[in-house]
Amino acid sequence: MGVEVRVEGLTKSFGSQNIWSDVTLTLPPGEISVLLGPSGTGKSVFLKSLVGLLKPERGSIVIKDTDIVRTSEHRLYEVRKLFGVLFQDGALFGSMNLFDNIAFPLREHTRKSESDIRWIVLEKMDMVGLQGAEGKLPGEISGGMRKRAGLARALVLDPEIILFDEPDSGLDPVRVAYLNQLIVDLNAQIDATFLIVTHDIGTARTVPDNLGLLFRRHLAMFGPREQLLTSQEPVVRQFLNGRREGPIGMSEEKDVAQVEAEMAALEARGGDQHNGVGPKGASGGDAVPPQLEPSPGLPERQAQRRRQERVARMLHEFDPATAQAIRASLPEDLLAQADAGVFAPTPLAGGRHWAAESAPAGGAAVLPGPRGRS
Amino acid sequence: MTDGEKPKAPGLLDGKLSPLRPLRASGNLFAFALDVARSLPRRPFQFREFVQQTWFVASVTILPTALVAIPFGAVIALQLGSLTRQLGAESFTGSASVLAVLREASPIVTALLIAGAGGSAICADLGARKIRDEIDAMEVLGISPIQRLVVPRVLAAMVVATLLNGLVSVVGVAGGYFFNVVLQGGTPGAYLASFGALAQVEDFWSGEVKALVFGLIAGIVASYKGLNAGGGPKGVGDAVNQSVVITFLLLFAVNFVMTAVYFQLVPPKGQ
Repeated sequence: MGVEVRVEGLTKSFGSQNIWSDVTLTLPPGEISVLLGPSGTGKSVFLKSLVGLLKPERGSIVIKDTDIVRTSEHRLYEVRKLFGVLFQDGALFGSMNLFDNIAFPLREHTRKSESDIRWIVLEKMDMVGLQGAEGKLPGEISGGMRKRAGLARALVLDPEIILFDEPDSGLDPVRVAYLNQLIVDLNAQIDATFLIVTHDIGTARTVPDNLGLLFRRHLAMFGPREQLLTSQEPVVRQFLNGRREGPIGMSEEKDVAQVEAEMAALEARGGDQHNGVGPKGASGGDAVPPQLEPSPGLPERQAQRRRQERVARMLHEFDPATAQAIRASLPEDLLAQADAGVFAPTPLAGGRHWAAESAPAGGAAVLPGPRGRS
Repeated sequence: MTDGEKPKAPGLLDGKLSPLRPLRASGNLFAFALDVARSLPRRPFQFREFVQQTWFVASVTILPTALVAIPFGAVIALQLGSLTRQLGAESFTGSASVLAVLREASPIVTALLIAGAGGSAICADLGARKIRDEIDAMEVLGISPIQRLVVPRVLAAMVVATLLNGLVSVVGVAGGYFFNVVLQGGTPGAYLASFGALAQVEDFWSGEVKALVFGLIAGIVASYKGLNAGGGPKGVGDAVNQSVVITFLLLFAVNFVMTAVYFQLVPPKGQ
């Protein structure tokens, strides 16, 4: 199963320009998280910091007991092998064809035979729907194919954390829908920790387990998807509804009086419910749409149950609207336990679905907390 | 924003005039060179990449180098031909021409071509990869771009530079001979007989060592500038431009120092 990423008090500046400060969040193992934010709030910078390409000034990023902000270069290269990163344009090596691109990490890091490599590469290409395109050069294929090829390359070393930098940019809505389904299916199959940075509200509403929003150099909010989807925070509401009325301006912040006037006008028109449909899948209201399920025939997402147990334990921390939305997503037994205030942990189901079952850990009586792959 | 930590507005110059800037830049370049040196012995050595790059650098430099070497040798021959005639030392034309080509002309021509043709190609290649996120992707895949890309390129530049120096020596001397004998009416016998009068084998070796160092510098500067390119296609163009200029400046300074050291170490013939 995926590993937990714990970010604490992270601050990053370029020169005298502060990008964001004091970002604290935890990506729960195996779950899908989405990070939203207006353009230019440093979402990509955040992703690059997570993989150690940029060094934040303050704070820590702990992955498998290693703080990658402060670790040695050598250790950093080791930790990076846990990562798969899908860059915005795929970042394929322009001089190699797709097969060599996807085989590249295997050839560099493993001593697998060429026939084994071929088998793995073709499997991953099949996974992302790129059969028959092995011989093409990155310059010869469409943006969507480049993205999927980049994804296949990110998957080839069986990563435990996968980061997506705007997987939807430059794709039509149908392809985005396929890609989203692919992301959920992948999560069900490999149970890695996913973080998606995007502007697409449709994606943010239906794909993730957790949602976060970066705004004004801070992490405005991060939590279970229901928390943001039902939030009354003006910034969150504005972003999720894709409207002009609210604190986010075209290039910079608006003043308070203007925001208030806009909000009053919006309310006079009937609020978000009557505001029509915004761009990028933003739709009115604070409904919590059902989450995407893995395609039929695939195993259930292991993170789903873990997440349900996690949010059931946190239920009392949320405001009533959020708690209500979360309760609607929880199964009977967990609801009963949550109300009674006792939790019976589910026995550990170790490893990925193809990995051999590891012996159950000794402390099965404790709640399944974050743990590494044994 | 509720916390008192108001973000500072970016200033107009924002430290651009700071006296520490050039110091920091050269420090970064030096640190990069040390990184390359540290990655040099690291296994696995990228032999394929090394061969490919050697071939690539050679293919972009050999023809221009030969074409530059011929007129260079010719100019030296012309200058020396008239000078020796004025001094009445025509019998020394050949030796002086060999000396000039071997000691200075050939390393300088090599340096110009390695920096101008080879270095700029390396810088443009790495810069294009950088702005397409390929370098980041490589690092994220747990592969050090310095070991995977830079070390083979620097070694390739060094190897090709030493080979080019040999080529320029031969072509330059041959060009000098042609111009002196055919165009200026010098005697072939005198030209060839005086060959070894002033020049010695050490001159050739010093040229080779210079070329090796020039190749190293050109490779390192080009890779450093390429890997630090930013700001889109224009950034790559700027990086290539800067890399060529910086390499030239460094090469001529290093050439001066090496020549001075050479004269201390190897006494001229006949002393």
